[in-house]
Order: sequence, then C-alpha cells, then structure tokens
Amino acid sequence: MMDANSPSRRMARPADSRDLTRLCHLAELVRWDIVETLGVVGSGHPGPSLSIVEILVTLYFSELRIDPARPKWPARDRFILSKGHGALGYYAVLAQRGLFPREELETFESLGSRLQGHPDCQLTPGVELSTGSLGQGLSVAVGVAIGARMLGKDIRAYCLLGDGETEEGNVWEAAMSAAKFRLDNLVAIVDWNGLQGGVTLEVMPSLEPYGAKWEAFGWHVLDIPGHDIAALLGAYARARTVEGKPTVIVARTVKGKGVSFMENQADWHAKKLEGAELAQALGEVKARLDALEAVRP
Amino acid sequence: MTWRKESLREALGKTLLDLGGRIPSMVVVNADLVNSVKSIYFRKAYPERTVEVGIAEQNMIGVAAGLANMGFIPVALTFARFASKRAADQISMCVDYSRHNVKIIGAYAGIFTGRQGVSQQTLEDTATMRAMPNMTVIDTADVVEVRAVLEYAMRHEGPVYVRVGRDEWPVVFDDSYRFELGKGQWVRHGGDVVILNSGLLLPYAIEAAEMLQQEGVDAGVINMPSVKPLDAALVRDVARDVGAIVTTENHSILGGFGGAVAEVLVESFPVPMERIGIRDEYSESAPNDDLAEKHRLTAPHIAAAARRVLQRKRDAWPGRVWRGVGPATA
Repeated sequence: MMDANSPSRRMARPADSRDLTRLCHLAELVRWDIVETLGVVGSGHPGPSLSIVEILVTLYFSELRIDPARPKWPARDRFILSKGHGALGYYAVLAQRGLFPREELETFESLGSRLQGHPDCQLTPGVELSTGSLGQGLSVAVGVAIGARMLGKDIRAYCLLGDGETEEGNVWEAAMSAAKFRLDNLVAIVDWNGLQGGVTLEVMPSLEPYGAKWEAFGWHVLDIPGHDIAALLGAYARARTVEGKPTVIVARTVKGKGVSFMENQADWHAKKLEGAELAQALGEVKARLDALEAVRP
Repeated sequence: MTWRKESLREALGKTLLDLGGRIPSMVVVNADLVNSVKSIYFRKAYPERTVEVGIAEQNMIGVAAGLANMGFIPVALTFARFASKRAADQISMCVDYSRHNVKIIGAYAGIFTGRQGVSQQTLEDTATMRAMPNMTVIDTADVVEVRAVLEYAMRHEGPVYVRVGRDEWPVVFDDSYRFELGKGQWVRHGGDVVILNSGLLLPYAIEAAEMLQQEGVDAGVINMPSVKPLDAALVRDVARDVGAIVTTENHSILGGFGGAVAEVLVESFPVPMERIGIRDEYSESAPNDDLAEKHRLTAPHIAAAARRVLQRKRDAWPGRVWRGVGPATA
C-alpha cells in the first residue's frame, strides 16, 4: 500500500471521510501546539497563525510532494509562506510533518533558536524563503514555477499570502507576470480573514472587488471557506486541472480560529496569551481533540 | 594621456552572451531595458533562458530568487538605481538573507550615464549593497575587468552585486589581468602617497600619479574592484608603510569604497586620507567629461588631494622615514 505521504505520489484518488477525519485531527493537534507554544514563549502572532491551520495541514499532509527526510530534495514542490507572521502556525505544521522535533517549538523566538519570529530559510528545515517583509513571496513562487518549466519537471509552486499583504504593489507585479508566463503550476492562496494588524480591512485602501482583481490579472479564481478541509482539497485538485493560467484560492478564514475569544478579534493579532485565557484556549482545543479521537477509526 | 576606449555596456552584453554559452544553468532576468544594458544579445541567443518581467524590479529580484531556489544561476540586471534601491528590500530578504545564488548587475552605476541626469544615475548603491551581510560587492574599471568580474561572479557561490558603467571608457588592463576576490592590485608602485581606486575613475587616478611623478612625488595606484570583501590587509600595509591615502570612486563619498577604506583605517592605523567621489550632492545632465570636472573627479583634483594628504602626513610625523612601497618591495 502506498504511503499517503509518499513523495512520489501526485494525489489521484479523491479524499474519503477517513482522510478528512485524519486531517481534522491533525489540524487540532497543530492548534494545540500553537496555543501551547504561545503560552510557553509568551509572544507570537496568535490570530494570523490560527487562521491558516487548515490551509497548511491540507497542503503538507495531502497536497505537497515533499520528503521530510530530504528537505532539499530537488524535485520537491515548493511552498512559500509569504505572510511570514504566520510563522508559528507554519512551524507547528512542519514539526507535525516531521521536518524537525515538536519539542523544538518551545524554543520559538528565543536566542539561538532555529525558529525565528518570522521564517528563516537558512535555519529551519523545509523553509524555502525567509519572509516577513510582506509582499515578496509570490514573486519567488513565480520564479520557482518558471524554473520548473525550464527543467521540464512536474514541480508545483504554492504561496500563502495574507489578505492585507496584497495591498503591497509587489504582489501585483508578480500576479501580472504569472499570468503572462501562463504558470498553471502555480497556486496562490490568500488567507482572507478580513482583519489586518489591529484593524479591519475596511479602513484600508480597497481590495474589493477582490476575486475580480485577480481575474483581471489573468488568474483562475476559486473562492472557498478556508477552514473547510474538503473544500481546500477540492480547490487544490481543481487547480491542478486548470491549464494555461495560475490559480488563486481565496480562502475565507477566521482570524484566531479555534479559540472562541480570539475569533475575529483584531487585537489578538500579536497579543500575549497567558493565565486563565491560556487555560481556556487549551481547554477548547482539547475538547475538540477528544471528540475527534472518539470517532477516529 | 590618450586612452583607447571601449563600450562598457557592450562588454557587459557580450560577456553575458559568452557566459551563457558556457554555463547551461545561467538565466537572465530582465526588467525591460534590454537594449540599454545589452542583455539583448543573450536574449536573442537563449530566449528559453531569458525571463522578461517588464518594468517591475521588485518582481525581477523575487523571480531571480525563485530560479536560484530551483538550481539555476540567475543574473538580474537593470540600471543600478532601480536594481539596488527600488528592489533593495527584495534583495535583502529574498537574496541576501535567504542566501539565494543570484547575481545582480547594477548597470549605469555612478554618474556617467549619457547626459540622462539624476534619475538614471546612482550614487548610493555600493553603500546600500555592502551593508547587507551576505553580499559580495564588486565595482569595475574597464571592459577587461567587466569580463573578468562577471566570469568570476558566475563561479562564486552566493549573492553578488556588480557595478558596471555605460559608455565608451578607457581600457586600462590587458589580457594578463586576473580578478581575485578580496584582493587589491598594484597598478603603479609608489611610496609617498597611494591612490586606492575602485571603479571607473582608474584612468584619472593613473594620470594623477603621473602628474605627481613629474613633481617628484612618488605616487602609487592600487585598483580594488572588490569593495566587499575589501583587501583590508593591503589597506593596513599601505597605511603603515606609506602613511598617506586618497580613495577614488564613481559613487557618493558617503558609505561607498572610500567609506570602507576609512573604516579599516580608523580601526587599525589611521593616517591622513581624502576621498574623491560625489560629495553628498546630486549630479545633473551633462557630457561625462563635464560631470567629471564639475564633481572634481579628474586627475588634477586627485593630485591636489594627494598633495594635501602628503602634507598632513609630514605635519603629523615630521622627520619620520616611511618604509614606502616601491617596485622592489611589492
């Protein structure tokens, strides 16, 4: 039987209910690690890490062709976290996927750690690009996708951006070129949580009409609920069938997803989690984990 | 002196073409301007290894980083102003901090850019680039050095920024020239005062040394294309043995090659020094010769600076016998 995470696999069969349960379970395990690390370390970005959990889990446990034992395997798919402030969520998924030990999460943002506050590709196994200065990752993903085509290889490029991040002009330079080069091996995912730093997007320069903007730039646009694992898997599968143009998945998410008092609260962008709030957050994740474990095959 | 001149940008374009034939993993990423920086030759010969992103320098750098991630050796090039400053943070994050093996060429570096004025000139690119921890920064003086440096840059593992000029410019070196990273080379030996040059002012520096010779001043010239890493050992030797230094560069005197030399001196053996370069002001549209004169970059001005540092040296250490650096010792 083929290992579900085998690097040679390019998913052919549709996900069944066991896959979905497994991925839901992994998402909650990742959420637990995020919340616990926030508590131990006393800093980090809770909101922006929690909103991308399902996106990252589905990518790393179903979609990306990678080999955790060989992070630099040349034929790997490339994932770039352009919204570098989601680092903690990213690390929790990488650890869960076996790129480095989960225990290492407690060193997050500490002196000498491989886990910087924003991703550092020279330090963390599996990270392709150092990010955190926003708006830059999509260009690099475009370069990866062009390179894959020059090599004649079936290598795909994935880039996760924040919604507010797409206010950066560099994103649209990249978007324009991706369409020109007809990069159907490139997928951009926008974590549309509707909040930005400490404020809502409405006070910022208008990104709307959002999907229409990407469409006008020559992209295939998919708009999906961003915590819905089946919808995410379906979007990745759909993107693989699109020919001659790149795909953007606008994933409608909830900032702070999975911790009730953080959800849609802009002030949890980078707020310290401690005391009773920490206990409540852990309790909420634990309850969901217990429920999932009860139904696991 | 009369110099034979050759076009710097033609040398750039022809060298990229030549390297492309020998290095299959070389890719050129353009942000328009292919006719100006002469990457048109490479594009015609190797369209399948050419990426044109249009007037979008930030994207040019990111795309180059992505290609490097895939194992290619990308050359990203445009005018130095746009390469080094429009995309400065992309270079810092995607290339330098991420250590992607990208070669960035700042063409039209400095002020000699064909009467186009300030917006097409670049005074601060060396300053910006050499402050990046992983970046190698090299300036070029003539077409021979352009060819040698580009060839080296492609072999170097890691980010490199190369400054290249635009116009017909004196050819100083011959086929015996060899580039060595982190090393300065004596162009002319001299033990009373030494002119350290990086980039296009080299012929002026040589002319200045000859003017000084006629006055009985033994003036040396060292060419230092490698701004980072700098040949700090040579700078210290010159300071100890000669005691009077002038730096020359086609760049602002703030933060560039002169700044790099000064940093070495103050931490080792401070001696009288003057910097020849653009003096913290914008330039303008004019023929190259007029600009060189306006900004006091030509031989008479370099010679005058040499006389001043020589006098300061004699005032500071009256009667001291300096070891000197003559042909016999070098």
